[in-house]
Formats: sequence, structure tokens, C-alpha cells
Amino acid sequence: MRLLLVALVALALAAAVGLGSTWMTTTRGTELGTLTIGAWTARPRTGTVDIDPYSRATITRNGELPIGTGDGIAFTASTDDKKKALDGRCDVVVSGVTPAARFWTLSLYDNKGHLVANALQRYGFTSQEIVRGADGGFEIRIASRSRAGNWLPTGGIERYSLMLRLYDTPVGVATRTQRDAPMPQIATVGCP
Amino acid sequence: MIRLAFTIIAGILLGGVVHLVSVLALPRIATQDAYSRLTPITTLNMVVQLPTADPANTLMPYLDPALAIAVCRYDLSGGPLKLTVPVSQAYTSVSFYTRNELAYYAINDRSAGKKVIELDLMTEAQHSDLPEDEEVTAADRLIIDSPSTTGLIVIKALAPEPGLMPQAQATLAASRCGVQTDQPAKQAEAPRGKR
Repeated sequence: MRLLLVALVALALAAAVGLGSTWMTTTRGTELGTLTIGAWTARPRTGTVDIDPYSRATITRNGELPIGTGDGIAFTASTDDKKKALDGRCDVVVSGVTPAARFWTLSLYDNKGHLVANALQRYGFTSQEIVRGADGGFEIRIASRSRAGNWLPTGGIERYSLMLRLYDTPVGVATRTQRDAPMPQIATVGCP
Repeated sequence: MIRLAFTIIAGILLGGVVHLVSVLALPRIATQDAYSRLTPITTLNMVVQLPTADPANTLMPYLDPALAIAVCRYDLSGGPLKLTVPVSQAYTSVSFYTRNELAYYAINDRSAGKKVIELDLMTEAQHSDLPEDEEVTAADRLIIDSPSTTGLIVIKALAPEPGLMPQAQATLAASRCGVQTDQPAKQAEAPRGKR
């Protein structure tokens, strides 16, 4: 009787530990095969057949289709350069230059990966429609209220993430550092 | 006391096994994966455009709002598939996924190098069944081996500004994917009959 109880406790513990850790790794992601430059993180191998089992599990669980390596690469950021979580009620500035690519797009998503509704129907920018400075650099202001220049509305949601996708780019599995891929800076410039 | 410690250690060790098994099994048992989400709104071996990405569209997470996207859900059991995608002005790409969302191949308009991306998709068995002379004439065709019989082809066309979205969608509307019924398929039939 006691042996049975012990076995049941052990099995229950096994199920809790095992499924709990699976849930944790597929929702929060792992550090496996990530490329981090500043606040931006990419997983170049998710677009290849060499994808790690954790990324595969995450992708199928969330119903995503990873961007193929011959197509491009996606970088995500959910914090600014100082590791402060991106807050939709604050003013955030994304500025600088992007790695070499034929096109890039920057989009804003809520925690579930959906676009955020706004009156302007502005969900992101592409490299072609952005207003640039004389030096070719750009500055995107992400805020809940209207701003001059490249304004990306947040709809006032508390937490969001940014995704920078590079299409037709040499950035990929072989990329290691900022020098290969100069990513734009993200700075929180003011909170109400 | 020893028994309690033993129980906890055994539980944690078993938990590790459960964790590994569940991570490896997830791609096969997930019911809300991209393929399952796309199945109700797509037709087999046909190019179907997805609704544009906007906040009301919760079909799949992390869709790029600047892209027009079309999907051809394929099944190669009826024979190899032929795919033609005219190239849009800005950027066009074709990505291939297995049934379990493994991205095994992707090509963009520039690497295709033509005004129309033309591809033949077949399983490895169908590829090795191609007659020898067929292989020679196929030199200028791009043949892609699919690791699985079923899967997804995702065609993307970029609209560099929102006003160009109709143009990108027109590119996708002109794309075709379907089981090969033209000359090469018939030629491929002949040697099989001789065996």
C-alpha cells in the first residue's frame, strides 16, 4: 500500500515537472541557437531543417510559420536597450541603421502575436515608406498619441513586441555580431 | 525520510523523461499548428490567398502586415506538383514547409532570376522515377524534393507601401500550383509501363 502511494507521488511529480518544464520552454523560449544583437533576438536556424526541437515545439504549438532562410530572417525585441520592457504608454524611439537587405519591415504585436488596432491602420513600416534623415538613418517613434515623423501607434497597450524582418539578406546562420548586422537602437524616451 | 527523498529524485528524473518526450512529440500531436489552422480555408493543390493581416485576423500569430500571402496546401500522392509564380515589382518569395512546419526550402525572385518563378515539387521517390533523358531536359527546371508527401507552399509578395497591396495581391492571384498534367508528366508515365 505504501509502495503504491510512493509510486503515485513519484509519477505525479514526474508529470508535473515534465509537462511544466515543457510548457515553460515553449512559451518563454530557450537560448538555444539564438542570435542576440542589442535588444534584438533572432533564431536563424528556425528557417532551416537544422531547427532545434524546442523551437519546433514552440512553432507548432503557437501555429506560426517560421520565415525560411532563403527568404529572410526575423528579429524580435520585447525590451529596449536597457532591458526595460516595452510599454505602450511610453514613447519609444527606434533609430539608426539596419543590416543589408533588399527590404525590411518593422511591425508591432501584442503578447499573442496579433497586430494592434488603431485608427490610422498603421501596423508597421517598410524600408521603402520610412522617412529618412540626410545620413540615411531613420527614427521611428512608437507612442500611443500622435507624433511627428514616423509614428507607430501602440493603442496604449501595456506590453508589446517589435519584429524586424529582413528580406533577401546575407544575415543568417553565419551572423554573429553587431558588426555583421548593425541593428537599430531602441530607447524609451519618456513615460507619462 | 530516505523513502521520501527517493520518491522526489525518482519523480524529477522521470519528469526529465516526460519533458524530453513531450517536446519531441509536440510537433506531431499539436492540433493548433499552422497546417491545421490553414486546412479549413485552403483547397488541396490550389493557390488560396490568405486574408490580409489586420488586428481582426487572428488566423496565425506574427503575420507581416506588409505582405500579401497565399498558400498552396499540397499532397504529392497524385503526382509531382508544378508551381508558377509571376514576380511582383517589389519582392516575391516562395517557401516550402513539411506537414509539421519544417521550413525545408525557400527561394526569392532574385535567386530565381526570372520574371516567373517555376518549380517542380516532388517526393524523393518521384524524383528518382524520372527517366534519364527527362533529367537532361530538366536542366533549366528547378526540381525540389519534398521530405513529406503533404505540406505547405507559402507565396509572399511584398507591398512596400499600403497603396501597393492590390498589386501584390494580383501577383498572387496569377500564381498557379497543381498536379502536372502536361507533356513531362506523360513522358514520365511511359517507362513505368515498360517495367
